[in-house]
Amino acid sequence: MTPILVLDQVSVKLPKGADRSHAMEEVTLSVAAGEILCVVGESGSGKSMTANAIMRLLPGGVTLDGGRILFEGRDLAGVSEAEMRKVRGAGIAMIFQEPMTALNPLRTIGDQIGEMFEIHTDLAKSAIRARVQALLEEVRIPDPLAAAKAYPHELSGGQRQRAMIAMALALDPKVLIADEPTTALDVTTQAQILELIRDLQRRKGTAVLFITHDFGVVAEIADRVAVMSKGRVVEQGTVEAVLDNPQHAYTQQLIAAVPPLKAPPPRAISDEAILTIDHVSKTYRTGGFLGRGQRVTHAVKDVSLVLPKGGTLGIVGESGSGKSTLARCLVRLIDPESGSIWLSGRDLASLSKEEMRAETRNIQMVFQDPFASLNPRHKAGELVAQGLIVHGTPRAGALKRARDLFSLVGLDPAAIDRFPHEFSGGQRQRIGLARALALEPKVLVADEPVSALDVSVQAQVLKLLADLRARLGLSIVFITHDLRVAAQVCDLVAVMKSGEVVEAGPIADVFGNPQHAYTRALLASIPGRGFGLKEAVLA
Amino acid sequence: MGFVKLYFRSPPAVIGLILLLLVLGMAASAGWLYPKDPLALAGRPLIWPFTNPRFLLGTDNSGRDIAAQIFHGARISLQIGLVATVISVLIGITIGAFAGYYGGWTDTILMRVTEAFQTLPNFLLLLVLVAVFGSTITTVTLAIGIVSWPASARLTRAEFLSLRNREFVQAGRTLGLRDASLIFREILPNALPPVIVYASVVMAIAILLESALAFLKLSDPNVASWGNLIGIGRDVLRVQWYVSAIPGVAILITVLAVSLVGQGLNDALNPRLKGR
Repeated sequence: MTPILVLDQVSVKLPKGADRSHAMEEVTLSVAAGEILCVVGESGSGKSMTANAIMRLLPGGVTLDGGRILFEGRDLAGVSEAEMRKVRGAGIAMIFQEPMTALNPLRTIGDQIGEMFEIHTDLAKSAIRARVQALLEEVRIPDPLAAAKAYPHELSGGQRQRAMIAMALALDPKVLIADEPTTALDVTTQAQILELIRDLQRRKGTAVLFITHDFGVVAEIADRVAVMSKGRVVEQGTVEAVLDNPQHAYTQQLIAAVPPLKAPPPRAISDEAILTIDHVSKTYRTGGFLGRGQRVTHAVKDVSLVLPKGGTLGIVGESGSGKSTLARCLVRLIDPESGSIWLSGRDLASLSKEEMRAETRNIQMVFQDPFASLNPRHKAGELVAQGLIVHGTPRAGALKRARDLFSLVGLDPAAIDRFPHEFSGGQRQRIGLARALALEPKVLVADEPVSALDVSVQAQVLKLLADLRARLGLSIVFITHDLRVAAQVCDLVAVMKSGEVVEAGPIADVFGNPQHAYTRALLASIPGRGFGLKEAVLA
Repeated sequence: MGFVKLYFRSPPAVIGLILLLLVLGMAASAGWLYPKDPLALAGRPLIWPFTNPRFLLGTDNSGRDIAAQIFHGARISLQIGLVATVISVLIGITIGAFAGYYGGWTDTILMRVTEAFQTLPNFLLLLVLVAVFGSTITTVTLAIGIVSWPASARLTRAEFLSLRNREFVQAGRTLGLRDASLIFREILPNALPPVIVYASVVMAIAILLESALAFLKLSDPNVASWGNLIGIGRDVLRVQWYVSAIPGVAILITVLAVSLVGQGLNDALNPRLKGR
């Protein structure tokens, strides 16, 4: 097979003052027709820059400074901007991570797909409409007639991504570049989209350059894999060769960091319950006047769960399943409507605002986004000491304790005088953890604490969490959408769907022998299942 | 990236800063260059500028030195601008912060009050306040502050609305922080930059409002403000136009300087908003 897109020693220079001189250094890649090449790497590895360099959509100040980008034998680095426009869309098309921001919110889906034909062809209006319909059917969007007339916000995330794919495939491009197209989607939707891309690619013989950070996705879809680190391709080969027998140390480290899906042998957990969630419900009402025409959403519906002392209770589910709402009910960021939350003999749900302020000592929360959860205007030490100061520890003592906590979570105690933006994502999450642990809570509620982190950093934070759990005897409620992560850290797991717990029990039972159809669907959707299990067998 | 470095990258911002320093210099040197009372009679009335070396900018219709009034007026204008801005921004931030943070009924009531102020043309309200409470320099400054807070209240409220559900605020709440420290220590520092930028607009408006009052001879006649001088020049506007024009240019330069500095602050505080 002759490659259709070749990157030959491509280098991309970053502006002065960036953390390294080149975003890409001497990157050599090639994709042939009918082939899926996965470019995999952690954030900052230059994998998205590769896509941008090919499309010549580099951000300001970033320039191509060496190498050739050959598309059908022609060097794209040398062509004019006008010729480049002809290549984009018609020759090489692209789909993006977040279809909501990549689509124009003010125009209908049909209009936006039709625009591709208006720009690149001189088809008549009616012909364009027919082609749009055919495309929407091809990407198997439910009710394609209505979808063409819909605005982006009226479709679900998966449907929007299907529309994006329809747009990208409109002109039968030779090459499709997919930049993390399933990262923003739920696992079941992700499985459908991956299958769609695979299917379309087989039928049309498109060459696909698939950018991802997720080795599960790689195992699911790739023919060949290129692993990038700090702007360089460190390893390249067929999917079997790279995943089963990685040669480069970095690839080995990355693959080892992917949590295997199989749960470790169960730990002994005490029978004593520390936190009991008893028939908790929370409903949201929107719109309507005096109760008429209201839309009622049952965010959390009659949930009852028990967290044993020293145990970890995982709550898994897709977006909108109510798992985050439940977590926020536990710490009373949201007031539950009915039900009680018993924490060592007190019902948190019935406490007044003032009583709850005192009770925060016993239940603390770690948040998802390490960038949004730390106030950018306070120093790191201040953030950690804050809780102690509020609960009556003198300032000097609280700051001293913050230093101890910094070393507990594996940070340099001298760093308490730095501001949050001076830390990396993983380090920030450690600060968040130190802040939650400062009050020595009995229960820690962790809301997706590792989903925003790279896989190797994620492994470190999970290890830290397991270590702290053992050392401090913490009981943890662990919210996650990632079943692999849940399998690694949780003793018990509850699967939520549309606000209800559909299945709960010890993790080995639920994942090993799922009873509910939804649990089975979730488990079946995890990309690269075989890959994870193989790892577990090896280990 | 250094804030100062970002600021100095934009030429208009630097020009604005130079002009502002010039006006500040005039205010600072007024007592030393023109030690006498600027409102005292100094010579023959209506001397044209640049004709008599003793009165570089000429004299007004009562024979008072225009240059002395301009220099002393810089003090008054800056003082009124600064104090009125502080008053208006303080009121605005407090009302906006409480409305945005608590929402619900608090928000509804506070915002209706704000709207009540906004629907009245603020110059009209200013006239009423001055008519009722008299026109000493203190009441004029206070009145200007009181009529110009609604916009900064709305701005602060909007910032609070978007910040109050951020994770770091929720984190503060789960730590057991009180509302007051959530509002003033957690949210406010993050909400402040646009309000500070807007304060420059308030300051420019405050200076203009005072001149407008003075033009109608409703400001404090016992101080040498630029507006008073324009008001005096109104009687001889058709022939000796310079009496009004010179303080007019002074006001123009000051307002321009304050606006340019405000724009520069805005660009430096939000470097990403400016086209690369």
